[in-house]
Amino acid sequence: MIRFENVFKRYPSGREALSGVSFNLERGEFAFLTGPSGAGKSTLLRLIALIERPTRGTVLINNQNTARISRGRIPPFRQRLGVVFQDHKLLHDRSVFDNVALPLVIAGASRREIERRVRAALDQVGLLGRESHAPITLSTGEQQRVGIARAVAPRPDVLIADEPTGNLDPDLSREIMELFTRFNEVGVTVLIATHDLELIEHLPHRQLKLVAGQLAADSGRGGS
Amino acid sequence: MDSLRHYLTLHRQNLLDALRRLASQPFASSLTVLVIAIALALPAGLRVLVNNAGALNDSWQGAADFAVYLKIDVSTENAARVARAIGGRPDVANVTLIDRAKALEEFRAKSGFGEALDALDGNPLPHTLVVRPKSGAAGDVEAVAAAVRAIPETDLVQLDTAWVTRLRAMLALAGRMVDLATVLLAIAVTIVVGNTIRLEINSRSVEIEVVKLVGGSDGFIRRPFLYLGFWYGLAGAGAAAVIVAAALLALEPPVRAVATLYGSGFQLAGLPLREIVLLVVGGAVLGWAGAWLATARHLKAIEPK
Repeated sequence: MIRFENVFKRYPSGREALSGVSFNLERGEFAFLTGPSGAGKSTLLRLIALIERPTRGTVLINNQNTARISRGRIPPFRQRLGVVFQDHKLLHDRSVFDNVALPLVIAGASRREIERRVRAALDQVGLLGRESHAPITLSTGEQQRVGIARAVAPRPDVLIADEPTGNLDPDLSREIMELFTRFNEVGVTVLIATHDLELIEHLPHRQLKLVAGQLAADSGRGGS
Repeated sequence: MDSLRHYLTLHRQNLLDALRRLASQPFASSLTVLVIAIALALPAGLRVLVNNAGALNDSWQGAADFAVYLKIDVSTENAARVARAIGGRPDVANVTLIDRAKALEEFRAKSGFGEALDALDGNPLPHTLVVRPKSGAAGDVEAVAAAVRAIPETDLVQLDTAWVTRLRAMLALAGRMVDLATVLLAIAVTIVVGNTIRLEINSRSVEIEVVKLVGGSDGFIRRPFLYLGFWYGLAGAGAAAVIVAAALLALEPPVRAVATLYGSGFQLAGLPLREIVLLVVGGAVLGWAGAWLATARHLKAIEPK
């Protein structure tokens, strides 16, 4: 589902964020991307979301070579991808409902479909009934769950998250990880970047460890 | 069918959202609208003035007419015969004979020189013909005048077309200047809207970034700003129409006073409906265009990081 083949990413400053990274994440797999900050975790996720392009090598998402996706084709590509951010990236001038509905509105869902899916997504993250609230009135953990609901509302094939528990205490973090596990159980491919090894050590999922832009360890299946 | 409905729904939402956004910051919005309104009112107002001057010119279309004074000793029958002869010419539209007796009566009644006239013996006024050539062009009028001058009964042909020609040339010049002002101020309106939209884009860069991240296309992101520009232009043009109407209302009494002094029934004409529609549609289009330029220039710069 997510396949990296000898991927390099060098920034104009000369810093090499990724050096020859190769791995393959099968459809329906769940993996953590670990490593110290600055190891290239965020860069790797940005290549998947086409926020950046690799300097060299190939990134295949769902068997599609991302190098062949032109700028104009990026929006439909991103519509099939769920992305969760450490800072939630919620829009504070609209309600929880409108935040979660945003990708559905963009994708052109009917009003009834939007209502149904927003409710379903909020139900899954345990925030049903808070539709009309402003994000700012919610706690950080709740805001992160709104962010997750927004990412899963369009039922993406792939869900990627960059330090989704970065600002949360251990209990909330565990809840969030359980959420991701549940989405994975219904077939969503999940890749989560985190540096919180304590949180994930008791979880059975595959771990990809990045050190200084290179894949230092891969605990799991798939193969490269 | 479904996607078309979705498209239309999105447009309607963008339209209303943009209006709400304007209403949510009434002071800033009104300032922008007012600037646009003044920029549009200027050419619209000048246009009205030129239109009115043109109407005045049209009402003087009769200035191609010229007066023919017959010799004082020409009899009434003879004058009528000459009038028929001139009226029969193919290049003459019509000829009016002003009988010298009638002319005297009229002069006595209107001029206030009645007593002075009584002091004269007999009627000092000749028979007069008012000739209207078919064509108002200076050369054609001159040709008719020359032919009339050759008639032995003619004493004097009074032809005064030069000032009409000059007035027409001045009006054409004024019209052209208004055209130029219109183009310049239209550019100004586009820039004002474009700059306002640029600021709006900057203040909403977080939102734009998020929408791009969840798969919003350029069109999806651009539309709210285009509608914002549309409302600015529309509101500005509407306000401009009101400004012009108010200015005309203020000018109306003094213009009527002047017209009365000249014994004219001239009335200041407002913007005709067609031009109001043109103004409002033009304003909306300029607003849209300004927003288009701003989005084309600035939206690409905001990419997710």
